[in-house]
Amino acid sequence: MTTTTDQSPRSVAEVDRHHAENAGRKLQAGAFNPQQLLSSLPDALRKLNPRHQMKNPVMFVVWVGSALSTVFAVTNPTVFSVVATLWLWFTVLFANLAEAVAEGRGKAQAESLRRSKKESVARRLREDGSEERVAGTELTIGDLVVVEAGEVIPGDGDVVEGIATVDESAITGESAPVIRESGGDRSAVTGGTTVLSDRIVVKITTRPGESFVDRMIALVEGASRQKTPNEIALTILLAVLTIIFMLAVVALQPMAIYSGSPQSVIVLTALLVCLIPTTIGALLSAIGIAGMDRLVQRNVLAMSGRAVEAAGDVDTLLLDKTGTITFGNRRATELIPVGSSTKDDLAAAARLSSLADGTPEGRSIVELCVKDFGLAAEPNNAEKSAEFVPFTAQTRMSGIDIDGRQVRKGAASSVRAWVTEHNGVVPDEVHEVVDRISGEGGTPLVCAELSGGVAVVRGVIRLSDVVKPGMKERFDELRAMGIKTVMITGDNPLTARAIAAEAGVDDFLAEAKPEDKMALIRKEQEGGKLVAMTGDGTNDAPALAQADVGVAMNTGTSAAKEAGNMVDLDSDPTKLIEIVEIGKQLLITRGALTTFSIANDLAKYFAILPAMFAAVYPGLGRLNILHLATPTSAILSAVIFNALIIVLLIPLALRGVRYRPSSASSLLRRNLLIYGVGGIITPFVGIWLIDLVIRLIPGIG
Amino acid sequence: MSDTLAGLLQVALLLAALAAVYKPLGDYMARAYLSAKHWRVERALYKVVRVDAESDQRWSTYAYGVIGFSFVSVVLLYLLQRLQTVLPLGLGRPEINPATAFNTAISFVTNTNWQSYVPEQAYGHLVQMAGLTVQNFVSAAIGICVAVALIRGFMRAGTDRIGNLWVDLTRTVIRILLPISFVFAIVLIALGVVDSLSGGIAVTALDGSQHTIALAPTASQEAIKELGTNGGGIFNANSAHPFENPNSWTNIVEIFLLLVIPVSLTRTFGVMVADKKQGYTILSVMAFLWGGMLAVIWWAEAHPNGPAALLAGAGMEGKETRFGIPGSSLFADSTTGTSTGAVNAAHDSLSGLGGGGAMLNMLLSEISPGGTGTGIYSILVFAIVAVFLAGLMVGRTPEYLGKKLGRNEITMASIAMLAMPTLVLVLAGIAVVLPSTGAALTNGGAHGLSEVLYAYASASNNNGSAFGGLTVTNDWFESTLGVAMAFGRFIPILAVLCLAGGLAAQKKVPPSAGTLPTSGPLFASMVGGTVLLVAALTFVPALALAPIAEALS
Repeated sequence: MTTTTDQSPRSVAEVDRHHAENAGRKLQAGAFNPQQLLSSLPDALRKLNPRHQMKNPVMFVVWVGSALSTVFAVTNPTVFSVVATLWLWFTVLFANLAEAVAEGRGKAQAESLRRSKKESVARRLREDGSEERVAGTELTIGDLVVVEAGEVIPGDGDVVEGIATVDESAITGESAPVIRESGGDRSAVTGGTTVLSDRIVVKITTRPGESFVDRMIALVEGASRQKTPNEIALTILLAVLTIIFMLAVVALQPMAIYSGSPQSVIVLTALLVCLIPTTIGALLSAIGIAGMDRLVQRNVLAMSGRAVEAAGDVDTLLLDKTGTITFGNRRATELIPVGSSTKDDLAAAARLSSLADGTPEGRSIVELCVKDFGLAAEPNNAEKSAEFVPFTAQTRMSGIDIDGRQVRKGAASSVRAWVTEHNGVVPDEVHEVVDRISGEGGTPLVCAELSGGVAVVRGVIRLSDVVKPGMKERFDELRAMGIKTVMITGDNPLTARAIAAEAGVDDFLAEAKPEDKMALIRKEQEGGKLVAMTGDGTNDAPALAQADVGVAMNTGTSAAKEAGNMVDLDSDPTKLIEIVEIGKQLLITRGALTTFSIANDLAKYFAILPAMFAAVYPGLGRLNILHLATPTSAILSAVIFNALIIVLLIPLALRGVRYRPSSASSLLRRNLLIYGVGGIITPFVGIWLIDLVIRLIPGIG
Repeated sequence: MSDTLAGLLQVALLLAALAAVYKPLGDYMARAYLSAKHWRVERALYKVVRVDAESDQRWSTYAYGVIGFSFVSVVLLYLLQRLQTVLPLGLGRPEINPATAFNTAISFVTNTNWQSYVPEQAYGHLVQMAGLTVQNFVSAAIGICVAVALIRGFMRAGTDRIGNLWVDLTRTVIRILLPISFVFAIVLIALGVVDSLSGGIAVTALDGSQHTIALAPTASQEAIKELGTNGGGIFNANSAHPFENPNSWTNIVEIFLLLVIPVSLTRTFGVMVADKKQGYTILSVMAFLWGGMLAVIWWAEAHPNGPAALLAGAGMEGKETRFGIPGSSLFADSTTGTSTGAVNAAHDSLSGLGGGGAMLNMLLSEISPGGTGTGIYSILVFAIVAVFLAGLMVGRTPEYLGKKLGRNEITMASIAMLAMPTLVLVLAGIAVVLPSTGAALTNGGAHGLSEVLYAYASASNNNGSAFGGLTVTNDWFESTLGVAMAFGRFIPILAVLCLAGGLAAQKKVPPSAGTLPTSGPLFASMVGGTVLLVAALTFVPALALAPIAEALS
């Protein structure tokens, strides 16, 4: 078996450990430290600049209202006018704080990235083959540079010559070195990473300042953040609501004058600020930044917010079979003895032949023998001192020589030849079993033993694809979310069908060529569906570009990374599912907080309107169902609640609302209940509590 | 039989009748717009006016058609009124002054039928029959055309065409409005509604004084007045007049006519988008709002305060004894819930809560169940906003009927939704502080504010009912109410047609388990909630100073 991959293949334990690490990271991504509020305060104050405020129509209205109130509070200072004006400014400040906190988390990340982007000196190759030393920043597309062990790769590019191990921890955080080699799908190297061994020649593929690390820094800092389509639509709706409320409040004054109860500007401003959707207006950009941040925490770089949003809308997921649905390598699943051999004979032989076989397939054979036949996992002393026969391309067999016995396993034809050569007879049964396993999509390995000069076939080991645990449940969840999964595989249709059924995917594409993938994506898109896929090879680039969400593996080629709209630094294709969930969570958080924000208004009407007009229409006093102490305490309580709720919801905006994969109806019911009904009740309680406190302030209560 | 029981029986009869025609009429209307075949009379008409019935229009062409047609209608109707003295069948009635002629032209072309004149003294039969009645048909038809264009936007995919206005208009009038009006004109005559070309009968009263009792071709106009949710009476007293609405049977027939097309259009919608549940869901929202408001008005009128009303046992001031509280409440709810504006009782005399209910019916943007066509397109706009708001909470870009709701959709829906509140609040706000308004109001205080708010709500929503108590003949009111009628009609229409164009151009996204379901009780309550929320958020401050203050005092 020669399937040893350049990347060290992961054992089950390793995969588990990796997932556990990811889970840990997730927690970290959601955690919110109250200290961040304090450290972001200077940034928040800086954002009080009206030019910054103008980008957000809702908060700009609050800003103008606060400025207006300040004028009136200065000319006519009362306890009420000063306190109300202060809290109006706090509303603006808290909104800035939300944005600053969200940005601050990205800034820290950018800082560590910048440290990795050391100014490097490149050894550029001249046309005559000689070297010259130039600054890394002077490299342009097409330059060839030499990098040797211990040196930092000066720019993004593809390896065109040689093979080397590279430490990419600066970018991925993964300390295990990876192998990069010319040709094939593992040729891409990233500037800022370090070559650990050997010498490679890299062809530069990006201009200075546009490298992967540069883009990554810009992304996490939020510098290149643009409003996404959904964010724009929501902003329009919020602006419209703000206009409606401005009309309602502005038109109220003449009616109040008509009714003989004209209102002060501060009271009208307070009413307006309480009614317009400040909660979502204040948190909207923080939600967007935090959404991108959550992806970065999972080591996924989205090239645009649009892609993250699209991920939430995905209808069809194309998943590569190998590495995503099944373990990257085939595993021993069955031992079939032939002739006079018993299963135990075969197991003993199979174990011996694989003890020294470090390939995942070899290890899986030992694991099977341990699990099903109770044999020892570790070699005993005798076995340790035996002579191992490693796999070679010539023999296509591996095994062990121990106590005069020779045990071999390998491809059917090679073992057959070996047995015949050593006076053995290969029974017809072997052919039948081998053909059957091949026909079913498995890989047969024949195991034989030579003792006393005669070789005997012990039996056949079946290697087959093993679906990763938990995949079926994942796909069930996806189905409940309305997402169709399609497995892509190069296997024949028969094998593909069997694995598809076992994994529980909705559909499969067998014997898939890149153009088939492309055709499938186009077909789905013509039906109005959004398609997501992962890919790493240059072959995948067109499909990655065509897909609505194309996640390129960091191990892949530059072409693939260029074509996709996200890059997964961990190169874990399973992550596509998480990306979809993050996209959905982002939209849900926006919707939930919008609903909450608007639902809040009911209580504010009950607090403020009686306070404004009970003097002229005493009957309206009956609407003061909270029994707030005085008109001024009622209005102030509403304003203070309106400001405080922003701060209280910052953690939620950063973390995102809880998301469990389920159908749209159950999600809607749950969120409407929590954020709709909750949004109606919370301010009643909040305003009532605040009133209990501020009625104690002299001049208010 | 008690008044309440009689009323409940009337409601039951009304609902049964509506239920009986819902499917056949809704399906028939859907066929009228989906069919590729032209009737012979239609083809002849297309030939005369030289319309290519096979062409399909972009939204902008469709919109130009609506605006152009309405503009020409205003001009013709204006001229007809001004020239009434020289044209036949004028009955010797006087020349109409330009301001009234203009206001009336706008009013009837916008399906408002706000009347700042006394019909039986102002207009002869020609203006009534060839002018106002014609507009009663076509203005109602235009509303339905816009609704159908919007529905086509949902139906179609990847095209910039949303239908042919001239074909839609012709079919609406010939296949739907004319036949139903014809049948019901005869039904109304049979039930006692007057229909005469005579100008009136001279009578000598008991005290020997001479009077003329005005007559008119009433039944033939009454049918389309209600069916097209127009509401402009041929007599000043409108449906309270014994010649227009002589008894409880005609009362219930007229209410049925008010509701039948707006209600059945939800079926047409369901059939056209190939998902009948969508139609039922929209209908359930309309029915809930209509029923809820009926309960409020009925209860408020049956439980009045004030010595005279308590003595009478109910708030009978301004109501006809032949209809009683239930017949009047049912009519008041239905005429304000549709954009009709016909009245069989004086809305000014409704209690604070009852009048507020009637006003709120209009302030909900006329969607319970709304005017012909306008009802369904307005509620679909709310549905779009509801889907956008709550739809985000399922974690997808919101989609309604397979169309993604993005920037254009939200912008257009917002404009359509915002036009009416803007007009009402701004104009009423200015009006109440004008010195001239004090003189125009018969009541001060909260009730006076209600009168002003009601007038602008009625005009901006193209309802046309008057609260009364407000003399609207001064220049400020004549002109601003005219503006409110025109903008309240055409701004939403333009926004809705633009919306239709954008929707038709989109691809259709197939629904999946991850898509927000837009049928069923949950979605219905979301749409209803959005409607109430928008109206409440917009108007509560103003209403607090008017009907709410009145009701709580």
